[in-house]
Amino acid sequence: MVTWSNFFSQLFNGLALGALLALISSGLTIIYGTLGVLNLAHGAMFMLGGYAGYVAYERSGSFVVALIAGTLFLLVVGIVMERVIIRHFYKRPPEDQLLVTFGLSICFVETVRYFFSSLSKTVPAPAVFSGITNLGFMFYPTYRLAVVGIVALALIALFLVLYKTRLGLIVRAGIEDSVMVDSLGVNVDRVFMLVFGIGAMAAGFAGIVNAPVVSLAPDMGEAILVQTFVVVVIGGVGSFPGAVLGGLVAGEIISITSMFNPGYAYVMLFAAMALVLMVRPHGLLGVKGRE
Amino acid sequence: MKDRNTTMHGRRDFMRAGLTVAGGLALPAGFATRAFAATRGPLGTWPAGVEGDTVYIGAAVPRTGAYAVQGEDELKGMQLAVEHINEGHELVRKIAPRLKKGVLGKKVELLVADSGAKPNEAVQAQQRFINENKIIAMTGSTSSAVAVALNKFAQRQKVLYLVAISGSNDTTGKDCARYSFRQCFYGQTAASAIGPVLIKNFGKNKKAAFMTPDYTYGHTVTKSVNDYLSSHAGWQMVTNQVSPLGTSDFSSYLTNIANSGAEFIINVNWGRDAVLSIQQAKQFGLTPKMKMVIPYQIPFLAKEVGPELTEGVYAATDFWWTLEDKYPLAKMFVEAFDKKYGYRPEWGANNAYMQFAIWARMVEEAGSFYPPDVIKAYEKGETFESTVGKVHFRAADHQLVRPVIIVRGKKPSEMRNKEDYWEVTEVVPGAPLMQKPDEFGCELGDYT
Repeated sequence: MVTWSNFFSQLFNGLALGALLALISSGLTIIYGTLGVLNLAHGAMFMLGGYAGYVAYERSGSFVVALIAGTLFLLVVGIVMERVIIRHFYKRPPEDQLLVTFGLSICFVETVRYFFSSLSKTVPAPAVFSGITNLGFMFYPTYRLAVVGIVALALIALFLVLYKTRLGLIVRAGIEDSVMVDSLGVNVDRVFMLVFGIGAMAAGFAGIVNAPVVSLAPDMGEAILVQTFVVVVIGGVGSFPGAVLGGLVAGEIISITSMFNPGYAYVMLFAAMALVLMVRPHGLLGVKGRE
Repeated sequence: MKDRNTTMHGRRDFMRAGLTVAGGLALPAGFATRAFAATRGPLGTWPAGVEGDTVYIGAAVPRTGAYAVQGEDELKGMQLAVEHINEGHELVRKIAPRLKKGVLGKKVELLVADSGAKPNEAVQAQQRFINENKIIAMTGSTSSAVAVALNKFAQRQKVLYLVAISGSNDTTGKDCARYSFRQCFYGQTAASAIGPVLIKNFGKNKKAAFMTPDYTYGHTVTKSVNDYLSSHAGWQMVTNQVSPLGTSDFSSYLTNIANSGAEFIINVNWGRDAVLSIQQAKQFGLTPKMKMVIPYQIPFLAKEVGPELTEGVYAATDFWWTLEDKYPLAKMFVEAFDKKYGYRPEWGANNAYMQFAIWARMVEEAGSFYPPDVIKAYEKGETFESTVGKVHFRAADHQLVRPVIIVRGKKPSEMRNKEDYWEVTEVVPGAPLMQKPDEFGCELGDYT
């Protein structure tokens, strides 16, 4: 199957795949970079966003409403989660943080399973983006093309928040040295809450954007979580540009490998991660000394 | 510090249960008792497991993961069967005529664990049931990887294993076991049943892209179907897209298929993987231009993807509820199931129900729970009634000789009710579809 036309098709497909991975991973990496909490519930939050969007879609019939509802719902979930549970774990050992977020993810998944069963749920793509587009070298689902644009906009928005606002300045400073930021009199507590909320919101947004591509199921977050970890490790833990780059690299690796032998697509992804860890232990865009 | 250590232990167990980190699969040596001389020495869980008023069956079914939907359906079939066995229901007695209430007068109880369709979790759950409950039989699997692992485990533990859903040739082929029995159809019979239908409807020398989940089920079914179509009608496999179980984004695989020149997509993916690959094939515009074929039917597929996507799709299956018009037992089963659960059963439920009813029959025929006696009752190969007519077991590989059902997806406008997704086009008799019992290298192993 190694032909030029397939190569370009796969190259392009890798971009689309990578864009989604980048969006999901950016939420994970911001939370980890700022708060030092590795959020194992991130996959479940991605799933929750999808289901919240699904419920909103069923009620309203509008994809835009679903998008807003899914995103806001996760902002609220994130803030509540941080205030009620996560903040008590900032000073506890990392394994406690892993366990509490992992436990939360089980609660989220099984709650959704209880109400919606395991049967998959579908949110159709908005009418303007339904159908297939002829790219010349291949036919591609129009909605997936739109996803690339939507994700690009979302990533730009995140970029602006992180690099052009006071909050972003504090967040980035916090990633580098949270003790120093604290001692400079910044209210780290409130910033942490907002960061967790924004990270959750990114997961929720990705969840509903992804829903027309991959229909919803309660444990869909599990596989995504593993992939986002790979993306974050490749890109550099805690690095927002790293998550974007890592996502695109991962998307291309999966796509291009599957052109030669699909059975090795994920093997190559993990091999690439191992290689990055050996050559650049802090990831492609990571910086030594970050927590 | 001591306190912390104990909690850490609990946490580790917890992590292991949830995170799918594949740890070393260290099984206790087990207690496959070696009985010398005495012909009726303790064997497996016998007689400890049959000393009370109740006997236990352990079920490890997937309630999470890519096969969770099918696991739940399967579980319902088991629960209904246990209920029927304990009350001596008419339907069970058609299959097991000697049965009164319970099996040999003992109440049957089902113990359930979630396997997540993972072999190590299924084996661990069954080991626990053996240790704690002295289960007299075990069941469960919606993945042949689980079935094959439990085959080996059953043989080692000397506890009967009633295979649930398993489509791999290996389950009653190279990985067959004396202690294991399969009711449902499998790669070889699926291929020989659906092959002629495809050739008759679509002709010779076609190009087909295969989509294959990367484990024993996928590989054996793909091989059987490809062998049949290429040797009988010159069909060509232009690409084989192998994906791991639990894949959610099929775009790169579908891109390859789009560039392969295929006219058919023979989709061996199962469970949620099948649902997603079929939905995404449509998104990519591959179907209906390319024709989708499903050699090993997935319960609830049409319900999940919608009849628009299964319209005109050919599939081979084990059971479909409209067989109630043809077989009286099917009618009784569908009615009883629908009454209890509020929907018509899919084939996983039928398979589970039949497996339990057959087991009850064999124990009753043997007049004993002693495993070798029960196995020999199966191996007699007597013909009995089932939900798909008369069937019997093949002694040499413990495979039930039973028809394969060919169905075609109905147009939404043709559906008579909301569950009327498939039309049964053929019921293909089982015996001629099957390979010779030793062709896939089956060696059953010892009785004791």
